[in-house]
Amino acid sequence: MRELSLHILDAVQNSIEADANRIYVKIREDFGRDKLIIEIEDNGKGMTPEFLKEVLDPFKTTRKTRHVGLGLPLFSAAAKNCNGDFKITSKKDKGTKITATFQYSHIDRAPLGDIVSTILAILCSDKEIDLFYHHQVDNKKFEFNTQKLKKILGNIPLANINAIKWLKSYLKYNFKELYKNGGV
Amino acid sequence: MPKIKSLEELRKLREETIKSMRVRKSTSTKITVGMGTCGIAAGAREVMHAILDELEKRKIDANVITVGCIGLCAEEPLVTIERGGQPGITYGKINVEKVPKLIEEHLIKGDIIDEWVISRG
Repeated sequence: MRELSLHILDAVQNSIEADANRIYVKIREDFGRDKLIIEIEDNGKGMTPEFLKEVLDPFKTTRKTRHVGLGLPLFSAAAKNCNGDFKITSKKDKGTKITATFQYSHIDRAPLGDIVSTILAILCSDKEIDLFYHHQVDNKKFEFNTQKLKKILGNIPLANINAIKWLKSYLKYNFKELYKNGGV
Repeated sequence: MPKIKSLEELRKLREETIKSMRVRKSTSTKITVGMGTCGIAAGAREVMHAILDELEKRKIDANVITVGCIGLCAEEPLVTIERGGQPGITYGKINVEKVPKLIEEHLIKGDIIDEWVISRG
């Protein structure tokens, strides 16, 4: 995938398929330690230790619509190709946590890309979910969660076209602020 | 539309939308975009955003929803349009360039683009 934000979208789709309704996405861009860390944690149905061992094998998948699951192997390869690391921990019926670490300055590291589009695509999911987003660039932080948003929106659904329009504007502005002094 | 910098501004705009929602009847048009690994790799996220932009440009009210893989990976990006309780029409290999024509023909003129359809109902 051309952007890390596409891997994030893909991993969150896994969480949604695993019946999670709380999904945490945490991104940390640490220029000092030359690291980019992406964490995705959910409260979905989790995996058994047996399945967890095989989850990075592209020919293992729980899905019934096709026989290969390429999402996590691709994400893992992207991290490992950048002098990084990829970890999955999971507990049956509790949830799953993915941590992908990249060398920030690595020549092969894909850009984070269009994270606003990724967030909006997550919010348009057909499942009822709450997203908790936390993004840190050096010492600047941006946080938002859909529980707060839903409270403000009241009876307007998040996927309402006006709500999406506002969110796009809100997210774009805040990311611009986040990257004002440097960043990619 | 004004730039929204904080959630407080969102709260203010909400009132305006509720007013406009009362004027318009709630929509029965649903557009579904496949967002599995296969869809994402084929450009589904960009297609979804092109659809949102096109709906906004043409002032069409519709719900845009993302779903996981349905098993037609080779045909991704997949877009299904359902209108007014009628069975959905699924289009395959939709890209950003095809989106304006898709919206124009299917949602404005009410014509199905047969050569792009991969499944009906």
